[in-house]
This record gives sequence, structure tokens and C-alpha cells, in this order.
Amino acid sequence: MMEGSGALDLVLSGDPALYAIVRLSLVVSLSAVAVAALIGLPLGGLIALTRFRGRAGAIVLLNAMMGLPPVVVGLAVFLLLSRSGPLGSWGLLFTPTAMVMAQAVLITPIIAALTRQAVEDMWSEYRDELTAMGVGPLQRLLTLLYDARIALVTVLLAGFGRAAAEVGAVMIVGGNINGFTRVMTTAIALETSKGDLPLAMGLGLILIAIVFAINASAWALRLYAERRIG
Amino acid sequence: MRFLISALTIACLTLGAQAQDKTITIASTTSTQDSGLFNHLLPAFKAKTGIDVKVIAQGTGQALDTARRGDADVVFVHAKAAEEKFLAEGFGVKRFDVMYNDFVLVGPAADPAGIKGSKDIVASLKTIQAKASPFVSRGDKSGTHLAELDLWKAAGLDPAGAKADWYKEIGQGMGAALNTSKAMGAYLLSDRATWISFKGKDGLAIAVEGDTKLFNQYGVMLVNPAKHPHVKADLGQAFVDYVISAEGQKVIADYRIEGQQLFFPNAAK
Repeated sequence: MMEGSGALDLVLSGDPALYAIVRLSLVVSLSAVAVAALIGLPLGGLIALTRFRGRAGAIVLLNAMMGLPPVVVGLAVFLLLSRSGPLGSWGLLFTPTAMVMAQAVLITPIIAALTRQAVEDMWSEYRDELTAMGVGPLQRLLTLLYDARIALVTVLLAGFGRAAAEVGAVMIVGGNINGFTRVMTTAIALETSKGDLPLAMGLGLILIAIVFAINASAWALRLYAERRIG
Repeated sequence: MRFLISALTIACLTLGAQAQDKTITIASTTSTQDSGLFNHLLPAFKAKTGIDVKVIAQGTGQALDTARRGDADVVFVHAKAAEEKFLAEGFGVKRFDVMYNDFVLVGPAADPAGIKGSKDIVASLKTIQAKASPFVSRGDKSGTHLAELDLWKAAGLDPAGAKADWYKEIGQGMGAALNTSKAMGAYLLSDRATWISFKGKDGLAIAVEGDTKLFNQYGVMLVNPAKHPHVKADLGQAFVDYVISAEGQKVIADYRIEGQQLFFPNAAK
């Protein structure tokens, strides 16, 4: 994949190295979305439905953390996982697992903050109904998350988009190792530094096409679901 | 904590267990990676020993720091003074010369400072300073950056300290520095291997080469297991032994791009 320049040539040639990079990008970013969703969805819902001291501050903090710089997250995870760091004995630095962790840290606030907003909107709509029915807190949370599921697909896509597009965190914690931790964004950075700007741009177009395809499928799913629900 | 465990579980489920067996991590430089040397050398090493090598390509300063933290088994870099400091601190076991090539002063093809064809790097840097021609510095403590600073020192000049406005420290890798100097019409010091393999050369040309001061030595060291007990000493030593063996040295000498030899083996016999 070091030769040639066109993105199209690259795709058509079925270069296994390219597919391995694309596959790893998807596996890492989708895993990060899964981890972030497990934490962010309940957390966002919980903040939306509860009242506690410092809630306004928590919401502002969560919203602000949507703008965490990837390179800072990468550095923090690096220091944590380095052999000289507190979790060094796990031996996870420069592995895909480390990349999943960094991206999950990066997008958990995004998913939590946007979920909070979506659930809160639902809550104001259904509050009287749910209160009248005497539904308990946990049941409320699950009901509202379920009712907001279409909006939450967009929330997850926002998280995925951020994860798939970032280069700062995965470069630091993954090390851009050929055939092991190299993903689309770090490959693009590498080809740029080798002066092969057409190839770098070609890889960039492939990445954009993949993100577009995932968003299109999610949109199609949403249309289908809306029609079923009626 | 729960987050870490779930992150771990999911990653393990999706990625499968990491290969723990015969794999080592080498902290090396962008020049050895970007020039394609590792793509040429590592398959031969694997065929001989069955050991897989993961390469982290960084500037020499950063690569040595990666090893200091214990995040690599072997370092393969090019800044002798910095390597000897690393050894003296006890982080390396023993340093071996592996190969050399040279640095070249690259600049705009139009040669605004009028130094093209010179074999005197010190005089050329003085001319660049006198004419205040734009100059791009790596500024990232890489081997090439350290070599560049030594050359300015030999010229009795200190544009970095003087914060001269024609001297731009960009803090990036070799390739990024070449891209930048092309866009700015600036001179810069490059290692020859990265220059030969760089694909965006048009508009740039070698201005100065062939001065003995431009010599660029690469060395290899096993990270000291006494400092970092998890270092894979046997496998790492196998790599060190291989690159300085007659066989490994021949593989290095055989690596060419467009007929040009990029690295010249010179391990002690």
C-alpha cells in the first residue's frame, strides 16, 4: 500500500494491509462506543432524572468535557498504562485495548451529556403520565431511555464520529505499530509525514466514506423503526 | 475500575488475546521506519528467529524516553551522546554501532542562499544566517535535531537561542519538516534515508552534502532488565545480536531505493 496514489486503486486492489487497518479502526472505535454507551447512557439518564446538590455544576462539567482534547486524554492514558505508571504491570500500552480505553474516555462525556439532554426532554413530556402511573425511579430511567432510543442512536453516532476521527489519543497510546495498532487516522498522519500526500488524502477519503456509510445505515434503521412504530 | 474491566473485556472479546509469546517492542526513529528499512529487515529477522517485532517510530529523544519508562525492549536510534547518557543512567545494557549514513542540507531548488554544491556545512550555515534565509528546525530532540544543534554550535551560532525570526522550530518529525520547508521555501537538515524515500521532493533539492561533519551513526541497545524486569531480555538480545551479525549487516547493506543504498553497516567485527 506504499505505492500508488489513488484511493480508488487502493480499494480496488483489495490490499490486505489496507483492510486490516480499516478493520482495526472499526473494531477500536465501535468497542469504545460500546464501553462509553454502557457508562454514558445510564449516567446521562440518571443526571436527567435526579435532583441533587451541585447538579447544575455537574451538567456544565459534563458538557465541557465533550471538548476534551484527544491528545490530553491520550497522554493521561499513556501515563496510566506505561510500565512506569500505576497500571504498568498490565502490559497494555501500545495495544488495541489501550486505544479502546483512550477513545472510551474521550467519548463517554459526549454520550452522557447528549443522553442527559435527550432524556430530560422526554421526561418533561412524560412526567405527568409516569408520575400518575406511580412508576419507580429505575423503571422511569429504563422507560425513558427506551422511548428516547431513536434520539440515542444519533448520540451514539456522535460518539462514534468523534472516536473514528481522532488521531491524537490513538497515536500516543497505540504507537502506530504496523500491522498491530495502526488505524486509519494514524496511517494518514504517517503517509503525510512520508510526503505521499495523494495517498494520505486517498486514505482520508476512504475514512470519510466509511463514516458516511455507517451514518447512512443508522439513518435507514431509524426510518425503518419509525415506520414500524407508526 | 468497573470501566477499565469492561473496556478490557470488550477489547479482549473483539480483538482476541494478545500474542504474548515471541514478540518484542523496539523504540526506534522515524528515519528507520519511514525509509522502509524495517519492512526489509524484520521479515528476514523473523524468518531466522521466529520473533515478531513491534516498532514504535519516534524521534531519538522520545524513543529513549519510551525505553526509560520501560515501554520497549530494545532501542535503535541515532544520537551517540544521548545514547551514552542513557547507558550511563543504567537504562541500557550495552551499546553497539550498527550502521551509518549521513545528513544532507536540503533547501529550495532555487537555492536563495547560494550554497548549493558546497561541501562545507559550517560555512553554509553561516551564509544562511548572514542572509537570514528561512530555516526549518525539527525542534523535537530527535537525533537529527541534536545533530543540527551541534552543527550550529560548530559554526559558532545559536539561532534557536537568539530566537531569530528566519529560524522556525516546528517540533515535528522528519517528513513533516520536509513538507513544511517545501511550503515555506526553507532550508533544513535531513537524514539521507528519509530524504531518498520522501515522496514529495519536487521543489526541494540537496544543497550541501559530503562533509564529514554530516556523519550519522546508528546504535542499538537492549533495555536493562535490572531496571525493568519485564524486558524480554533473551528475545531483545537476539535482535541486537542479529543486526550486528554478518548476516544482519548484509541485509542492511542490501536495502536500496532506486538503486541507492540507504544505510551502511559498520558494526564492530
